[in-house]
Amino acid sequence: MDGMINPGTEDFLGTPLSDVTIPEAGVANLSRRGLFGVGAGALLLGVMVKARPARAQGEGLAAAAPRPGTQVAAFLEFHPDGKVRLLSPFVEGGQGIATAMAQIVGEELDVDPAQFIVDCAPPGADYLVVNGRRLTGGSLSVRSSYATMRQLGATARNLIVRAAAARLDVPEAELTTEPGKVVHKASSRTVPYAELVEAALKLQPSEVAALRDPATFRWIGKPVPRIDIRDKSTGRAQYAIDLQVENMLQGAVTHAPRLGQEPGALANEAEVRAMPGVHSVHKLPGAVAVLADRWWRARKAVEALQVTWADAPNPNALPADFSSAGMLATLRAEKGAGAPAEENGDLAAAFAGAAKTIEAEYDAPYIAHAQLEPPSAAARFNVDGTLDLWVPNQAPEMFQATAARMAGLEPGKVKVHSPILGGFFGRHFLYEAAAPYPQAIALAKAVNRPVKVLWTREEEFLRDGYRPMGFVRFKGAVGADGMPVALQAAAIGEGPIGRYFTQSQPVDSSMVEGIAGKPYAIAAKRVDCVKVKQPTIISFWRSVGHSMNDFFYESFLDELATAGGKDPFEMRLAMLGDKPRQATLLREVAALSGGWKRGPFEVDGIRRARGVAMASPFGSEVATIAEVSITGGEIRVHDLWIAIDPGRAVNPAIIEAQVQSAAAIGLSSSLLEEITYDAGVPQQRNYDTYPILPLARMPRIHVKVVESGAALGGVGEPGVPGVPPAVANAVAALTGQRIRSLPLSKARLGSS
Amino acid sequence: MLELSINGQTRQVDAEGDTPLLWVLRDNLGMTGTKYGCGIAQCGACTVLVDGTATRACVTPAESVVGAKVVTIEAVERDPVGAKVVEAWVSRQVAQCGYCQSGQVMAATALLQQTPKPTDEDIAGAMTNLCRCGTYNAIAAAVRQAATA
Ligand code: FES
Ligand code: FES
Repeated sequence: MDGMINPGTEDFLGTPLSDVTIPEAGVANLSRRGLFGVGAGALLLGVMVKARPARAQGEGLAAAAPRPGTQVAAFLEFHPDGKVRLLSPFVEGGQGIATAMAQIVGEELDVDPAQFIVDCAPPGADYLVVNGRRLTGGSLSVRSSYATMRQLGATARNLIVRAAAARLDVPEAELTTEPGKVVHKASSRTVPYAELVEAALKLQPSEVAALRDPATFRWIGKPVPRIDIRDKSTGRAQYAIDLQVENMLQGAVTHAPRLGQEPGALANEAEVRAMPGVHSVHKLPGAVAVLADRWWRARKAVEALQVTWADAPNPNALPADFSSAGMLATLRAEKGAGAPAEENGDLAAAFAGAAKTIEAEYDAPYIAHAQLEPPSAAARFNVDGTLDLWVPNQAPEMFQATAARMAGLEPGKVKVHSPILGGFFGRHFLYEAAAPYPQAIALAKAVNRPVKVLWTREEEFLRDGYRPMGFVRFKGAVGADGMPVALQAAAIGEGPIGRYFTQSQPVDSSMVEGIAGKPYAIAAKRVDCVKVKQPTIISFWRSVGHSMNDFFYESFLDELATAGGKDPFEMRLAMLGDKPRQATLLREVAALSGGWKRGPFEVDGIRRARGVAMASPFGSEVATIAEVSITGGEIRVHDLWIAIDPGRAVNPAIIEAQVQSAAAIGLSSSLLEEITYDAGVPQQRNYDTYPILPLARMPRIHVKVVESGAALGGVGEPGVPGVPPAVANAVAALTGQRIRSLPLSKARLGSS
Repeated sequence: MLELSINGQTRQVDAEGDTPLLWVLRDNLGMTGTKYGCGIAQCGACTVLVDGTATRACVTPAESVVGAKVVTIEAVERDPVGAKVVEAWVSRQVAQCGYCQSGQVMAATALLQQTPKPTDEDIAGAMTNLCRCGTYNAIAAAVRQAATA
């Protein structure tokens, strides 16, 4: 990207570890803290775990550490019934990654994806396949591991064929495979893989086992059915919340209303101890807990506990007068210049020579993940000195390291189990002060019994790490021909990449992605990152900075179109003259919607209009059109047309489902969602006060997957960012009213 | 002790009478297919059938269903309508994270038992369970498919 100084979340997460500076402060901070000495606001996402050269210390053969993703035995188990169990580097949370892994490995191994059982692998050097690290996030899973997992399948197949050659005493070249078995045509003999595996694993793996010709792919690139669907349609799928550990106690917690307060006196502790099923009452950092034989009893007891919450000398405590309105005022008042994230051309000259200049300020609220499964964790200390931890997570090695520190164990002594996730959207990174696993570890240690802690929905809304508040100030100008000639933006606030990973760098990529790096030709532009700390716990939220920044930018671009008397679609197309990939996609989405028309126009006597927006998130390109009407002051979205270009498609059906899903959460966030703070306390504690999109408000969604052949992009998040601006632009087209603050439902809209 | 009829079986349960049915199912009986999402009748993840009516088990005291017939996701396929719903859910590939889907399947089963040929308005009116993964269009399509199966 010309003049693009700073990368986005995408580039950050995709960078090899050696290129990422982990700030000294962050590391020191980690080691200084004892068990639970966690500064309330200082939850760290954790230090990225380095690919340890685990087996690299020896001589000769042993000196060559196996590269991650190459050890067949670490990944594949062959069952006598023909099933193949794959230990996946990634955790399944709805995005379909278990199926995608089965397709990719199965294609080369020659096993039908339907025969796969896929579980998330335990921590281990073999699984660090995301550029030498491991996480499920950043829409990175398939694109980071595609080549590795294909080669793994090919290596395994090659070993099995060679073992068959020895067993059948025929030349390897005479053997072929059919799904799950080796075939010797000349003698009409077949051998199932499962019978060959033991011998195969004794052979030296070939580094260069041949890959299948993509032209002959049967499963990659096809809409293969998801392998987890039946279990998820019949209640059989097991999530963290469903796990039972023998002899476990169940824990419920109440957190301090305001972050940073600590529990003081417990007025009625004796009575609470005497409640049915109660085992014990505990004080934890920033919380109280009750353990009982059953969770409901623990919950009733902890809610009956009369706790005095005391202010503690905690540098990360939320101020008693903290409010979201106050935070927004602080961001608005910040006029500093910040550090440039993107710079091009002579801005001053461009503004001086412009025909018309406009300015605008945009903001977005704190929002919650609101994944449907409330967080839980189970911990068990074993007699052999190990710790089992069952925890919803997007990064097993990070949790292993953190849990080990909390438990006072070597990381190798912590066995992390990663169940499937009941939604995640960025919720299940470390966030130590915003998750129950530290509590489960402390309680299991305290009572010397397995403990499972489950948060109520209310505690989850109270302690979730929210998407940070967003605020951007724009100034832009159009020339005599009405086309944009200058654009200046300042993103003011804080983002999760800057807080957890790049504190010492002037630009926080997660603050500017979706504003810097846009594809449009504008002669002079400058995007600044102005850091203002937010005292709340902030987090990654599906599509991270893009989830609001593309709303800000694409809305303002429509304002420039209005200023220049241009149609917003035609103007964008004209600005993409040297960007054929994006221009093609914009035409595709227009065609998908039956040809671009902005409106307003009437359908069944009701006026409607359309808006358009583009985004370039996570290596993919997306173009979105929304059609809206307004009834009784409420925005109704009838249709969303979304064209996505992820380069190539591994499973078009899953991509379409992910885009539907991303569009729904994007629409939900644009219309409805907002967390507000008053006196340091978040005011929304359940779905009644924090509504999310229901079925009755779901629009028709039309998805077109365009395969440009560009490098593989992500598919889980990219559907989000185009939706809020497309809807807001449609509302502006319909009403003439430009809404610059999310959620849109706050705005008073005249019925038009 | 409470005596409850769950999926056609009589079960003795050692729980306070005001314990929500949801927690009796999950904790006392180990039937974890019915999910906890909100606890205040907002999300529908805990939907079960009580005498054929879709009911949010998180706000239903266990003592209030003594003498009633409770059907959960674990037994839904034994009901002919429930079996059709599950097949439609599989063929339409509805689930993403899947966490809400037990409740969705139960709500759809109750709808189709009472209204075998629902209109789109019927579907929107009855399928009020939340899905954070946004599978709503697939849900509506699966309900329509089950209605014609
Ligand atoms: S858990 Fe019962 S409705 Fe949400
Ligand atoms: S499938 Fe994830 S909440 Fe519905």
